[in-house]
Amino acid sequence: MKIAAAIASFLIASAAHAAPIGYEGARHLLNRAGFGATDAEVRQYARLERNDAVERLLAGARREPSIQPPAFVDAPFEPYYRLRGMGAEERKVAQRRLVEQGFELRAWWMREMIATPSPLTERMTLFWHGHFATSQQKVRASQLMYRQNALLRREALGNFATLLHAVARDPAMLVYLDNAANRKLAPNENFAREVMELFTLGEGRYGEQDVKEAARAFTGWSLDRETGEFTFRRMWHDFGVKTVLGKTGHFDGDDVIDILLARPEAAEFIAAKLWREFVSREPDRREVARWAGVFRDARYEVKPLLRAILTSQAFWSADNRGVLIKSPVDLIVGTLRTFDIHPMDLRPAVFAAAALGQNPFSPPNVKGWPGGEAWINSTTLLGRKQWLDRVFRGSDPAMMVAQREAGDAADKDQEKARGERYRRMMERAMVDYAFDGERFIRSLPVSANGAARVDNLVLAAQAVNAAPEDADAAERVRVLVSDPAYQLK
Amino acid sequence: MTVGRRSFLKLASLVAFAGAERLAHAASSPQVRRLLVLVELKGGNDGLNTVIPFADPEYARLRPRLAIARDQVMQLTEATGLHPSLAPLRPLWDARQLAIVQGVGYPQPNLSHFRSIEIWDTASKSDEYLDAGWLARAFAASPSPASFIADGVVVGPNAMGPLAGHGARAIALTNPEQFLRNARFARAEGESRNAALSHILRVERDVTVSAERLQARRKFVAEFPRGGFGNSANTAAQLAANEAGVAVVRISLASFDTHANQLGTHASLLKQLGEGLGALREALVELGRWDSTMIATYSEFGRRPRENQSGGTDHGTASAHLVMGGAVKGGLYGAAPALERLDGNGNLPFAVDFRSYYATFLSRWWGIDSAAILGTGFKALDFV
Repeated sequence: MKIAAAIASFLIASAAHAAPIGYEGARHLLNRAGFGATDAEVRQYARLERNDAVERLLAGARREPSIQPPAFVDAPFEPYYRLRGMGAEERKVAQRRLVEQGFELRAWWMREMIATPSPLTERMTLFWHGHFATSQQKVRASQLMYRQNALLRREALGNFATLLHAVARDPAMLVYLDNAANRKLAPNENFAREVMELFTLGEGRYGEQDVKEAARAFTGWSLDRETGEFTFRRMWHDFGVKTVLGKTGHFDGDDVIDILLARPEAAEFIAAKLWREFVSREPDRREVARWAGVFRDARYEVKPLLRAILTSQAFWSADNRGVLIKSPVDLIVGTLRTFDIHPMDLRPAVFAAAALGQNPFSPPNVKGWPGGEAWINSTTLLGRKQWLDRVFRGSDPAMMVAQREAGDAADKDQEKARGERYRRMMERAMVDYAFDGERFIRSLPVSANGAARVDNLVLAAQAVNAAPEDADAAERVRVLVSDPAYQLK
Repeated sequence: MTVGRRSFLKLASLVAFAGAERLAHAASSPQVRRLLVLVELKGGNDGLNTVIPFADPEYARLRPRLAIARDQVMQLTEATGLHPSLAPLRPLWDARQLAIVQGVGYPQPNLSHFRSIEIWDTASKSDEYLDAGWLARAFAASPSPASFIADGVVVGPNAMGPLAGHGARAIALTNPEQFLRNARFARAEGESRNAALSHILRVERDVTVSAERLQARRKFVAEFPRGGFGNSANTAAQLAANEAGVAVVRISLASFDTHANQLGTHASLLKQLGEGLGALREALVELGRWDSTMIATYSEFGRRPRENQSGGTDHGTASAHLVMGGAVKGGLYGAAPALERLDGNGNLPFAVDFRSYYATFLSRWWGIDSAAILGTGFKALDFV
């Protein structure tokens, strides 16, 4: 009986695989696996069968960014402690430079998300950033934040075990979770706790004693304060015997990580988190267990796991379409990508994402962004709508010039407060965040100018407020992006 | 809800508008107008260096580097004092309007930030998982008058915490002016079976309803300190100034997770806290709302009594909390930290269940049956 059912579901599955995924399917795949997609991109994928479409995404995975990072990442390391020895003026300049580097770094990453040939790589890099959350606000070294970002991208679709071992030695992480100061005499438990609770097993799958013992294993894993590189401080390390999750030995940090990775909960924990990232907010235990099996069998290679997820019935099920709330980055990067908007200055987009609750390189805490319904409260929902209103209100080239000139004149006015100048600068930079309706209509094939096609490109769920029937495609877009359903993917 | 609002609007169009305002207000009795301002200290505030048992020799022994020197402590009694950064709260203590509740915690404490704040936000047992926040449940059972701006307002872009889940009419805003400017983008229409979409639609509806009742921008003589927490305290005062009521305002101050180099960081956080709350009190006195407002702190846990090797403290358990207001009976409540009775992990035993702390607000402040919300066995405290 069971076997017959399995065969039947296999046959149904293979039949579905063999058919092209179609326009709606392609939009679903590209929006969930990346950030938005233009009509042209959706049409390309629409012709592919399910497995081929997923293989194409996986084959495009990258280990390096496609855009040159900011120049400061290659400059000699500037340790933060040096600021303490500076005079007040000099320190102010150094602090301002640090803040400015933070903006550059965020704008660069957002540019990469928009321009990359592999949005899936950036989605997974962002996923790991939320998983191994680390904040610039504590680390206070833009170069270390960049190095961590490069590591997350390198293993984004690489190997989770490799990534976890590397993260435990990552200088930004060593600072963020205080392991840099973890020493034998009074171990600091911060990293040891989170490596179990947030990175591998989940809360309740270890005891307080395991945290204490693991903290001892990570003593001495520190960083060289001059170079910002990982260093092992022998004098701080506890070489004694530890017992972690029932295993006993002269463990160091790598041994503890291997003990964690050997637990079946680790693969399940990651698989369930990816379900919430890609499928819906309520993981199905049996399917997650199946994915976890794939993940373990592949020795924590990420691609086989993603292949299992993106080709699963759950991912493609009609019940799971349009049920995820877009993150601020989804909303902003996705909107810019879908409507082919290419601003010169991405700082206003970075600020908007931060104001809406997602500031890359500064997650709210070590658990990363909670996601789901937590993205939307009255402040953030109104903020989203205001931003969209701004982008889709329409562009006016004459006004753009006038605004630029007015801004330039105001800049020369030394009386203006710094904050006011900054606001103006942002206002001006925001001028080319404009949806071009004429160009959008021209980009659609004649046959695809219908209302249904536009709805399928813009929305993942049925609109709440009906758009007027006689509106042209551009007008229809303007109505649809203000619909509550536009917040879904 | 929609029907109620429509008939209200219909009524409003029949009566002169000033009359309608007053009509909507007639329903609110003085007790209903009582406001609770909750202050979340995010990251786990170090209770021992906030409310300091300076006379206990164990305190200095456990904290050779972090103990606040006896002559620095703002001494309140012969054994207990406050961190010097909390100086702006001294006048409240002297006026007996500051209650200090020591040893607030719960059985089988969880040392994870996220799980422990979830326990606090939902008022659950340590091993129990509840969907809705304790205030969401309280207002579902006992809604505020329809004339209110909302049951609760969360200040800032933060999670809704104790107001999360379906049940309360709750909004989040950063400041009232900005909220009103943007409220035009919300529409109060539509229904959906899609859970994510219906959440969005509910938020839109709450925005529309609140915006109709909210007024912005009241000037105070009181000066709020610059910075995020000062702005939040100002927003809390703005909300208290409204003609239309609100039952709860939640503000927060983050970065209390002081695992390393705690002394300077903690002093600066408590300074922001003390100055912000001091200014909030002045503004409430100006408004004549000091007697009908209570301000209370909470946090996911306290910190370990013994300092760590990084000049910080690790996650702990029970902690001290502060309650202030014109109607508050000042003094010490709970029990001083039992530093000689630490558990196997080196943590403090608790003296007051946090649900007793909550029960005080529910039953004594609002007259809501706390047992129905929190379960039985949590006796209200006597600070009000």
